[in-house]
Amino acid sequence: MLTSQRIMLWVMAATLPGLLALIHFFGWGVLISVLWCMGVAMATEALILWIRARPVQRTLMDGSAALTGLLLGLSLPPLLPWWIALVATASAIILAKHLYGGLGSNLFNPAMVGYALVLVSFPEAMTTRWALPLSLQETPLGLLDSLSVFTGLGSASVDAFTGATPLDDYKHAIDGAVASQVTAAPIYGDRIALGWEWVNLGFLAGGLLLIQRRIITWHIPVSLLGALTFMALLFGYDPDQSVPLGLHLLAGGTMFGAFFIATDPVSAATSNRGKLWYGAGIGVLLYTIRAWGSYPDAVAFAVLLMNLAVPFLDYYTRPRTRGHQRAGRGVPS
Amino acid sequence: MGTRYDFPGGIHPPDNKQQSLQTPIRQAPLPAQLIVPLRQHRGDPGHVLVAVGDRVLTGQPLSEGEPGLSVPVHAPTSGTITAIGPHEVPHPSGLEETCIHIEADGQDQWCELAPCPADASTLERYDHLHRTGVVGLGGAGFPTRDKLQSASEAPKVLILNGAECEPYITADQALMRERPDSVIAGALALWQLVGAAQCLIGIEDNKPDAIEALRQAAEGTGIEIRVVPTRYPSGGEKQLIQLLTGQEVPSGGLPADIGVLCQNVATAVAVDRSLRLGEPVIQRITTFTGEALTRPGNIEARIGTPLDHLLFEAGLDPDQLHRLIMGGPLMGFDLTTTGLPLIKTANCLIAGTAEEFPDSPIPQPCIRCGLCEQACPVDLLPQQLYWFASAGEHHKAEHFDLFDCIECGACDWVCPSHLPLTDYYRHSKGVLRQEKKEQAEADHARQRFEERQARMEREQAEREERRRARQQAREQRRSGEPAEAGGTETGAASAAAPPGPDRETLIQRRDQARQKVEEAEAQLAEAREQTPEAVPKLERALNKHRKRLDAAEKALSDAREEARSC
Repeated sequence: MLTSQRIMLWVMAATLPGLLALIHFFGWGVLISVLWCMGVAMATEALILWIRARPVQRTLMDGSAALTGLLLGLSLPPLLPWWIALVATASAIILAKHLYGGLGSNLFNPAMVGYALVLVSFPEAMTTRWALPLSLQETPLGLLDSLSVFTGLGSASVDAFTGATPLDDYKHAIDGAVASQVTAAPIYGDRIALGWEWVNLGFLAGGLLLIQRRIITWHIPVSLLGALTFMALLFGYDPDQSVPLGLHLLAGGTMFGAFFIATDPVSAATSNRGKLWYGAGIGVLLYTIRAWGSYPDAVAFAVLLMNLAVPFLDYYTRPRTRGHQRAGRGVPS
Repeated sequence: MGTRYDFPGGIHPPDNKQQSLQTPIRQAPLPAQLIVPLRQHRGDPGHVLVAVGDRVLTGQPLSEGEPGLSVPVHAPTSGTITAIGPHEVPHPSGLEETCIHIEADGQDQWCELAPCPADASTLERYDHLHRTGVVGLGGAGFPTRDKLQSASEAPKVLILNGAECEPYITADQALMRERPDSVIAGALALWQLVGAAQCLIGIEDNKPDAIEALRQAAEGTGIEIRVVPTRYPSGGEKQLIQLLTGQEVPSGGLPADIGVLCQNVATAVAVDRSLRLGEPVIQRITTFTGEALTRPGNIEARIGTPLDHLLFEAGLDPDQLHRLIMGGPLMGFDLTTTGLPLIKTANCLIAGTAEEFPDSPIPQPCIRCGLCEQACPVDLLPQQLYWFASAGEHHKAEHFDLFDCIECGACDWVCPSHLPLTDYYRHSKGVLRQEKKEQAEADHARQRFEERQARMEREQAEREERRRARQQAREQRRSGEPAEAGGTETGAASAAAPPGPDRETLIQRRDQARQKVEEAEAQLAEAREQTPEAVPKLERALNKHRKRLDAAEKALSDAREEARSC
C-alpha cells in the first residue's frame, strides 16, 4: 500500500539514475548542491512548522521537504555559491509552500518558485555557472575544489570549470554557423550533448519506474514531450536555423521536468484529461520560451505558468460521471 | 463466457475469503432469547401485532407492514413475548430501535404457512412477498416488493447478483456452491415473476466452485452464468449492470429505467421459498470470519439471534478481538457491543485482531496524488469532492456529482494520506439533504403564508365592500325621497367615472404646490443678493413649481366643474 511518505521516497529513489549520471559527468558539485538543498529545506520546514505550532517530527517524516530540496538541488547549477542555493530553497519552503498553508495547499510548484526566484535575481550566476563535463575540464574538479567553490573559501576559480550548456550554446552559435560547425564543439560530444544525453535518459528511466509503480500516470509526461516534439518539428525542423529536436529532448532539463517537476501532484491538474492539457501547455510554453524568449531552459517558467491554469483545468476537464450523459463543467460561484 | 463491458477504476484488495470457506454452512443452535428489531429494511418500522405475554409460533407475523413504507417481521422461533421496547440494533449510529424480545420454548413449532396460490396475479404475488418480509439480503435491505414494482413494465434483463466482491464475505459463495439448486429455483421463480427476456447470474471469477455448481444446476433452464473479473466493487448494483449489459443506470434513476432488475442471489432463494412454501424470512446465512475467531465459517441462524451467541459458536477469543465489523471491511461499520441481534441485512461479521485491522494512521494532508480518482468506479474526482466537503462548500461538491458516489470506499482504501474520504462525502450528503428538507419546509411555510395573506386581503376587501354598501343604504334612507334619485345618480356617476383623486386630495396638492412656489420665490430672492451664480438654477426650479401649481389648480377646478355639472 502506498503512503504519502512512500510516494515521496519512491520519487526520490527514481531520481537516482539521473542524479548518478549528473555526478558522473559534472562532478561532486551536484551532490554537494543536492545535499545542501535537502538540508536547508528540512531545516526551514522544521523552523516554519515550529513557528506554526505543527508537529515537527511527524510532518518532516512525510518527506515532502526533503523531496523539494532534492528537486531544487538537481535543478540548480552545481557550482552555485551556497547562499544562492539557500535563498532558493528557503523561498521554496517558506513562500511557495507554507505561506499557502503547507503540504497540499500550494498553488505553485515550490522547487520551481525557488528556482525562478534566483534565476531572475541572479541571472548571471544561474546561466553561466553550469559545470563543464569533467572530461572537458583541464584538471577535473575534485571534491575539495568543489567544496571550495561552493563555500567561496579557498582559491579555486570557478571560471575554468564552467560554461554554457549545449542548449544555450546552440541557440546563440547557430546564428552565424551551420549545424555541423556548431556541434563540432566538444560539449556536444559524439552523439547529442556530452553527458546531458545520459542525464536525460537517467531521468527518463526513473520516470518510467514511477509510472510502472503507479505513482504518476503517463498523461503529463507524454503530453508534455509530445507537445514539445510537435513544436520543435513544426518550427525548428531546420537544424541550421534553430535548436533541433534531439537537443530539446535530451540536452536540458526536459526529462527531469517532464517526469519529476510537472508531475508534482499538488500543483498539477488532477483529472486525466486535465493532465493532458496541463502537460501539453507546459510543452508548448517550453518551446516558446526556449525559441523566442531569453531563457535557454524554461522548465520553471513553463511549469509555473501552467500551475496558474490548474484550477481552471480542474473545473473544465472533469470526466463524465457514470450515469450522466455528458461531463459536468465549471463550478457554481 | 466472459464479459465485454467494463466499469472504470476499481481496486484489488486481498480477498481474505478462504478463512470462512473451509467448512460447509453450519446451522446455529437455537438461542434461549431472541431480539427481533421491527425495522430491518429501508423504511419505517411496522405496526406491532403482538403483546407481551403472547405465545407465538415460528413464522408468525409479529408486525404488519404497509407496502412502500414498512415491511413486517416474523417470529424466528416459537416462544413467548417477554418485552417490546427499545434495544440497540446493528447500525452505524448505534441507535436503539423498538425490538420484540422472545423467550424461545425450544420446540420451534411452526405456524401454518400459506404458499402463494398458483393463480395469483403478479401484484398479488408481490404483496405475498411483502407479507412474508422479503427484503434485499445482500446488505441494503431494500423491500423486494417495492423494488419489483419500480419497473412499470417487464424488464428486459433480470440480473442475479452473486459477485460478492467485498473481501471476507462468503455468504453468497457458500450458498451458491452448496445449494446451487435452490439458487436456480430462486432465479426461475423471480424470472417467471417479472417476465424478463433474459436472466443472468453474475459471479466474480474468484469463486470457481460456485460457478461450476451453478453451471451444472442451470443446465437447460436458459439462465446464463456470467463470470466477471475479480475487482472491487464489481458487485455494486450499477457496476454489475454495467459489466453485464454495458449500460449505465442514469444518475438519480433506477435500473428499471434501462430495463434491468437486479437482485441478490440469497434474495432470490427467499423469494422462491416465500412463493412456493409461504415461508417468511426468519433466517439467513452470515459469514463469521476474522482472526479472532477459532471456528470461522458461514452460519445459518435465525433472525434475532444475539450476536454473542453466534460469535461463541464461531469460537471467539475475546482477548484477541480488536475490531468487530458488520459487513465487509470496506463498506461495513464497527460494532461496539456484541449484545446485538442478527438482522436480515447482516451478511458478514468480522472479528478482527489488532494485527489484522490495525488502527488507521493519523490522516495527512491531501497531496492530490489522484490515486482515488484512478480507483473511483463512477469516474468522480474524489480529491475535489474532499476539497469541497472539507471546506464546507457542499454545493460545489453537489455540482461535482457528489450524489453519484456509491460510498464503496475504494478511494479510502487507496488514499496514501489515510483520509476517511467516504466519511466526508456522507457528511456532505447529510448536510445537503438536511438543507433540502429545510428548504422544502421553508417553501411550504412561505406558500402557506402567502395564501393566508391573499385570503386575508380578499376578506378585508369583501368586508370593505359590505361596509360601503351598508353606508350607502343608510345614506339613502336618511336623505328622503327626492334626494334619493340624485344620490343614486351620484353613486352611478362615481361608479362609472374612472377612479381619480377626490376633491380633498386635490386641494391638498394645490396647497402643497403653492407652498413650494412660495419657498422657491423666497430662495430666489435670497440668491439674487448673496449667490448670483445659483440664480439660473433656482429660476428653473421656480418655473417648474409654478407649472405644477397651475396644473394642480386646473385639476381642482375641473373637479369642481364636474361636481357642479352632476
